[in-house]
Amino acid sequence: MDNESTANNSLFSRREAACRILAGTAGLVIGSQFGLSGLAAEQTHSPKAKAKAVIQIWMWGGPSHLDTFDPKPAAGYDYCGPLDKPIDTNVKGIRISALLPNLAKQADKYSIIQSMTHGISAHETASYVAQTGRMPGDRQVYPTTGAVVSLFRGYDAGYKGLIPPYIVLTEPQGRFSEAGFLGIRYKPFATGGDPAQNRFVVEGIVAQGITDQRQKFRRELLEELNTLKHAAPNNPQLANLQESEKQAYDLILGDAGKVFDLTQEKDELRDRYGRNKFGQSCLLARRLVERGVPYITINYPGWDTHKENFQVMRRKLPELDKGMSSLLQDLADHGLLASTIVWWGGEFGRTPKVQWEAPWNGGRNHWGKVFSAVVAGGGFKGGQIVGASNAKGEEVKERAVYPCDVIRSMYELLGIDTEARLPHPLGLVARITPSASDGVPSGGRLKEIM
Amino acid sequence: MSVASLAAVLLTAVLGAEPASVAPVQPFESPADRTPAGKIDELVFARLKKLGLQPSPLCSDAVFVRRVYLDVIGTLPTAAEAREFLLDRNPVKRRLLIDRLLQRDELADYWAMKWSDLLRIKAEFPINLWPNAAQAYYHWIRTSIRENKPFDRFARELLTSSGINFRIPPVNFYRAIQSRQPTAIAQSVALALMGTRAEKWPQERLAGMSVFFTKIGYKSTTEWKEEIVFFDPNVTSPKDPVKNAGKKVVTDAAKTHVALPAATPPAKPIFPDGTTARIPPDRDPREVFADWLIDAKNPWFARNIVNRTWCWLNGRGIIHEPDDIRPDNPPSNPELLAYLEHELVASHYDLKQINRLILNSKTYQLSSLARGSRPEAETNFAFYPLRRMDAEVLIDAICQVTGTTEKYSSAIPEPYTFLPEGHRSIALPDGSITSPFLETFGRPPRDTGLESERNNRVTASQRLHILNSTHIQRKLEQSPRIQEMLTLGQKSRPLIESLYLTILSRFPTEDEAKIALRYTEAGKKARREAVIDLAWALINSAEFMYRH
Repeated sequence: MDNESTANNSLFSRREAACRILAGTAGLVIGSQFGLSGLAAEQTHSPKAKAKAVIQIWMWGGPSHLDTFDPKPAAGYDYCGPLDKPIDTNVKGIRISALLPNLAKQADKYSIIQSMTHGISAHETASYVAQTGRMPGDRQVYPTTGAVVSLFRGYDAGYKGLIPPYIVLTEPQGRFSEAGFLGIRYKPFATGGDPAQNRFVVEGIVAQGITDQRQKFRRELLEELNTLKHAAPNNPQLANLQESEKQAYDLILGDAGKVFDLTQEKDELRDRYGRNKFGQSCLLARRLVERGVPYITINYPGWDTHKENFQVMRRKLPELDKGMSSLLQDLADHGLLASTIVWWGGEFGRTPKVQWEAPWNGGRNHWGKVFSAVVAGGGFKGGQIVGASNAKGEEVKERAVYPCDVIRSMYELLGIDTEARLPHPLGLVARITPSASDGVPSGGRLKEIM
Repeated sequence: MSVASLAAVLLTAVLGAEPASVAPVQPFESPADRTPAGKIDELVFARLKKLGLQPSPLCSDAVFVRRVYLDVIGTLPTAAEAREFLLDRNPVKRRLLIDRLLQRDELADYWAMKWSDLLRIKAEFPINLWPNAAQAYYHWIRTSIRENKPFDRFARELLTSSGINFRIPPVNFYRAIQSRQPTAIAQSVALALMGTRAEKWPQERLAGMSVFFTKIGYKSTTEWKEEIVFFDPNVTSPKDPVKNAGKKVVTDAAKTHVALPAATPPAKPIFPDGTTARIPPDRDPREVFADWLIDAKNPWFARNIVNRTWCWLNGRGIIHEPDDIRPDNPPSNPELLAYLEHELVASHYDLKQINRLILNSKTYQLSSLARGSRPEAETNFAFYPLRRMDAEVLIDAICQVTGTTEKYSSAIPEPYTFLPEGHRSIALPDGSITSPFLETFGRPPRDTGLESERNNRVTASQRLHILNSTHIQRKLEQSPRIQEMLTLGQKSRPLIESLYLTILSRFPTEDEAKIALRYTEAGKKARREAVIDLAWALINSAEFMYRH
């Protein structure tokens, strides 16, 4: 259905309209659409905000907690397999996987939550819970943290960039509709392509093999042959199309898209991040934060290690280690870490007890009872452990932390009112974080590290 | 003329009645007269006259052929189909085309897609039907549409079936809801089959309707993810197992409706019209409710479906939004709505007949170029409103004109499901089977069954995608259809004609042909490149992307 408001176009300056169009609103006032005027305005300037941006490293598939940030060497071979010798970090008392040596040198920058829990072991539902803080079954699909931040820190809150405010590198997660009831306007822009390639083709922004000259010819031809558009000069739908087209061309032909040109970075730095999709995505995330983009998800697949878990760990953890440690260091070097939250985690952990038998051959299954998350920067303290799992990493031992606790803490650091109402298409009351009366369990905000 | 009537005429002129419509615009409009072709036109035109509004001229044959294909079968006409229709001199060719399209198989695909949106057919989160059930349910709906099952029977089967969900597909109606609480089920029934949002009802009314859905049992079988849905007279307290989770913490959470205070069902089942039902203990209350619902005297049932049908064809409900029927949201033309309701009942709930009536009206065949700017023109159907093609229809159209295919996959069950190449997007059986294009272009997530989940408003990412993505670029560069046109060695003029018929379903105007010729023969570019640019421009034109 198209519920395009036709009356509001004249209320905006061109620039304002242009910004809105990039997010797909076409001069539609979010407040009037949902009957919540002033919502964004209230949120724009919060004196308490420490964080301006979030980089979410989404470990698609659910990473093993025992093999990363919650090693249990005492649990024995059936739990640790060959990865039974965790290493010390630069923070006394914190040990992590031996396959993360560079991250071990930076433990003072991040804190590890070892008592994450939600009890769900299905990918889609757990992905929803981990990224919305909600529980399923209440007839609502809530928006992810990224969509919420793009509502409160994007175009409605004065963001002026041509680059969309919520970016996913590089593919959408595809587990559920990430914008929930907020709708398509708050979906992330997925770049597609591979930033580790010589030429990073960003879907729609950087095309392959089309010269600027040909772009120009095409644009003129389109203008000449756009007969229906010329026949309906006052149609609000087509005015919207036209505006979004102008903006699209600003991105295609202008300078804003240069943020995706990683050749502008020194080779040595690119090498340090790792010349692979994940490493270069981390570097790109830093560049996007520098340009003021408030939310970036690095969608990092490959952690659903039902089979041959340890081979996968040996292959992938060094890649994670290089990319993520370089990101933390680089953000710090640029003075951005204090204002940028880095949030690492997946939908759940993995079965602590290894399945040695065929066809798993040393695999780990889904595990929602306890898992780990890592947070750094943006006001989160580093060098801390929050909570604990039990001796074999099978259950929460102390200080259960639910996804809503992490999300609530991030909103607080971003200066977003944790009691704020979200616009809802049916006008129902929906808050950005659940309360006790919603029946969503909570262990409280992460006060230990804030 | 009496003084009084002369005064009335002058007054109308002074008070800003719209000027008499200007000449038809080429190539989109036709000079044919707008004498009412039936009751629909009489009611719509009378209403417009009363408001001092002129309907737009009728659309041209070129616009009509494209419009009716897209609206009825969600599919573009091929170049050959468009050419044949345009050259046909039969004065009733529009009626004949409508009859042919109502018999096409793609109609079942396209309408099943709409129903699958409304009934939330999705294997995974948050509906969690599971792939086998989604497939079975989808095929049952598609078959019902293909057989033109009377709509009252369709609704009754949805509401009253019992059995194993892989084998008795309509029982999945009760599984394709985010919650299994009786209030949640009642809300879903009200939304889908009564076009109303029970969230806005007085609480007692929702509670009274919920009682009809308190005796539903769910039982799993030994087959993986198979479930039996049945009438269970012994259900005492409604339980709400959240599928896929089964952990205590989730079940607890799921018992709470976030935005709605959980209503305690009273002992008595009360129909939404306020009358109390008497149900013997051995009678399935769902049947009692279904019989009330589909009764010809029930105002909700026929109104919902004719209003939705009108909305799907004319871009806007007589009551709008079509799933928000309530006393304080009145129809813009009550007589029109009443007429369609009457026709539905009189035709024994034959939805094709209702479609045929609407499609043959001149109202439906008006041009999309609005005259004047009064908002009442839109709400009273003075023109056919422009809207961007649905995500699925759009990508199918792009595939068709380029002769290329798409990949569709679902992340479940592991290992991933991949559909064979060439599968059309409008025929995807399960909302969990998707593609990046569909996600970007606003395909409904099938979370709630609300019509507004489908959002066809153009976003910047969408504009970037069609203008400049490698995805679309590749389709053009590797298009077998364009390649074929080039290798046939056609002269430029017929080649341009073929492109226009293929992409815009019409012949180019003289001006367009000149511009296109100049571009392809300018010599600055290779011919192949120029032809691809031409196809690119037509695909990026408003005329291609919008239903008009």
